[in-house]
Amino acid sequence: MFLEDLFLLGVRVVKDQEVKILSNIQVSERYWHMVVDASGLASDVEPGQFFYIDCGQENESFLRRPFSVYRINQDDQTLEFLYLTKGLGTQALTKLKQGETVRSFGPLGQGFSLQEDAQKILLLARGVGIATLAALAQEASKKGVQCAAILSARSHNDLLAAEMLQGFGAEVHKVTEEDGTSDVENVRDIIEDITARHNIDAAYTCGSRRLSRLLQDITSKKDIPAEIALEEHMGCAMGVCYACVCDVVEDDEIRTVRVCLEGPVFPLQKVMMQP
Amino acid sequence: MSTLEQKSANQGCHLRVNIGGLELKNPIMPASGAFGESMEKVLDFNHLGAVLPKSITKYPRKGNDTPRVCEVPAGMINSIGIQSKGLQYYLKNIVPYYQQYDTPLIASISADSVEEFVEMADILGNNPGVDALELNISCPNLKGDGLAFGMDADVTYELTKKVRGITDVPLFNKLTPNVTRIQDIALASEEGGADALTVVNTFLAMSINVHTWKPELGNVMGGISGPGVKPIIVRMIYQVYQASKLPIIGCGGVMNGEDAIEMMLAGASAVQVGTASFIKPAAMLDVLEEIKSYMQQYGINDIYDIIGKVHFNQYEEG
Ligand SMILES: Cc1cc2nc3c(=O)[nH]c(=O)nc-3n(C[C@H](O)[C@H](O)[C@H](O)COP(=O)(O)OP(=O)(O)OC[C@H]3O[C@@H](n4cnc5c(N)ncnc54)[C@H](O)[C@@H]3O)c2cc1C
Ligand SMILES: Cc1cc2nc3c(=O)[nH]c(=O)nc-3n(C[C@H](O)[C@H](O)[C@H](O)COP(=O)(O)O)c2cc1C
Repeated sequence: MFLEDLFLLGVRVVKDQEVKILSNIQVSERYWHMVVDASGLASDVEPGQFFYIDCGQENESFLRRPFSVYRINQDDQTLEFLYLTKGLGTQALTKLKQGETVRSFGPLGQGFSLQEDAQKILLLARGVGIATLAALAQEASKKGVQCAAILSARSHNDLLAAEMLQGFGAEVHKVTEEDGTSDVENVRDIIEDITARHNIDAAYTCGSRRLSRLLQDITSKKDIPAEIALEEHMGCAMGVCYACVCDVVEDDEIRTVRVCLEGPVFPLQKVMMQP
Repeated sequence: MSTLEQKSANQGCHLRVNIGGLELKNPIMPASGAFGESMEKVLDFNHLGAVLPKSITKYPRKGNDTPRVCEVPAGMINSIGIQSKGLQYYLKNIVPYYQQYDTPLIASISADSVEEFVEMADILGNNPGVDALELNISCPNLKGDGLAFGMDADVTYELTKKVRGITDVPLFNKLTPNVTRIQDIALASEEGGADALTVVNTFLAMSINVHTWKPELGNVMGGISGPGVKPIIVRMIYQVYQASKLPIIGCGGVMNGEDAIEMMLAGASAVQVGTASFIKPAAMLDVLEEIKSYMQQYGINDIYDIIGKVHFNQYEEG
């Protein structure tokens, strides 16, 4: 089956609704964390899926902003987002307060696949990419799947989710520019070391083209199934405008597919990584 | 709301409009490029006046480099480049898909030459699943510095006349705003045999990131849409309404019911909604509801009592 046929399988209602903000706080110099009430959502949320959020500054930021779910808490029916403050949209989002509502459309897109019989997975995240992979680590932990994670960031300050991952029992490796450890070759060594010690059933990455190319190289040589969550500038987020596209190779043919609908999670081997 | 409830809710006000021979149950339809099958998850297409999928090209097209959209104050610039799966796919999948809805299908055509327009109009216009054609003679994204058929009155006349010659379905020309006198293109369309005019497509635009010194779009230039362009569109609808007898479909920057009413006062018989659906996925249904409340508020029974009815009392002489 081609990626483009995927959405036909999942026909269901996707709601655009006001959700209540339970908290929205700064967690480090550049990162914020928001918790919302998810009790009114129409469907279950999967790790890797995202919401298209109205950050609230109608005059300044016009389009919505996509954010993947950071944590999915079924017991208390809440969703968490971790976001990096960047421009108008994310800055406006920081202004929203507990008790207010935020308009969010979702869950959207295809999430990660975690095979039932997986025993150990590898996560490779750069920067805010961990916001997307964290929900997968959470699910893995619930299913008793072990997790090794490499977190790459500019500074220690940006290595937010490390403790949470350790809480899930993950083996966490941190590399930063601050320590001079984040170069591709060092990351390659760490991955080689992990794969030498463990049988890795699947690998996942988000946040860096450089690291994704590295993982593409290693996993194809070792024949490890791998997935990537991509980011691209979006228009509609529901597959009609063809703004957020990427090239994939299927059947020796290059196809241009939509990140919002056929993605944001794609099989890593299929994605043509731009330099 | 179910279709039945919708019908009874409509009884108070008459929303039916006739666009060059095409009967619509209400004047709200999507703008090409801002609508597609996957929107079935967010709204019931039976509630729309018409469905209008993205412009189709004869052969599959890859589209432009990313980023394909960028945000600007009160709008966005896009350079999708008509990514398309080609006419064969459209005939096999898109046209049959829309048959499940009780809503007319307007097929938007983009082509590289007059001959290709004629060939595609022949195939689509004579397909029973297609209720009308919208000729996208205006897309500014295509190669050639954004030059389009609709920038030249003679080319517009020739193109329209040839297409008119091979099909009887209602023919809508989607004009481009990137011209000196839009009335000339409107008249050329009318003389060529078009049944209605869509006013208008996007304005050629560009945005540069001052931090990186790079253009925001992969394709450098694109078309601007959204609320910021609406006053210019209202002006163009008004000018075209004065110049041509053809019904007008207003398009550009409609975000709510009052925007649609404003375009209708200027002379539009129907209104397309594009960018608003990106901000609010079900925007078209909201616009429709807001039109109904507006009519109720002002005691207007028939939508035709609004169309072209802008007043000029203060300027009237005798
Ligand atoms: C599927 C998906 C999931 C994401 N999940 C997260 C997340 O969990 N946490 C997080 O911090 N960020 C996430 N991002 C990135 C986030 O959407 C952007 O950082 C955000 O849109 C920037 O908006 P801004 O107004 O602050 O920045 P600006 O740079 O001012 O934005 C200008 C425009 O560019 C777009 N844009 C800028 N950067 C990106 C980007 N990386 N991806 C897509 N569009 C962009 C914006 O949407 C906006 O339209 C995700 C992106 C995608 C596509
Ligand atoms: C992402 C995007 C894609 C578009 N694609 C097409 C297209 O394929 N054909 C066309 O005639 N117009 C296309 N348009 C133009 C719209 O149909 C419409 O004319 C324009 O966006 C103005 O309306 P709006 O402000 O309501 O969006 C596109 C617009 C956008 C934003």
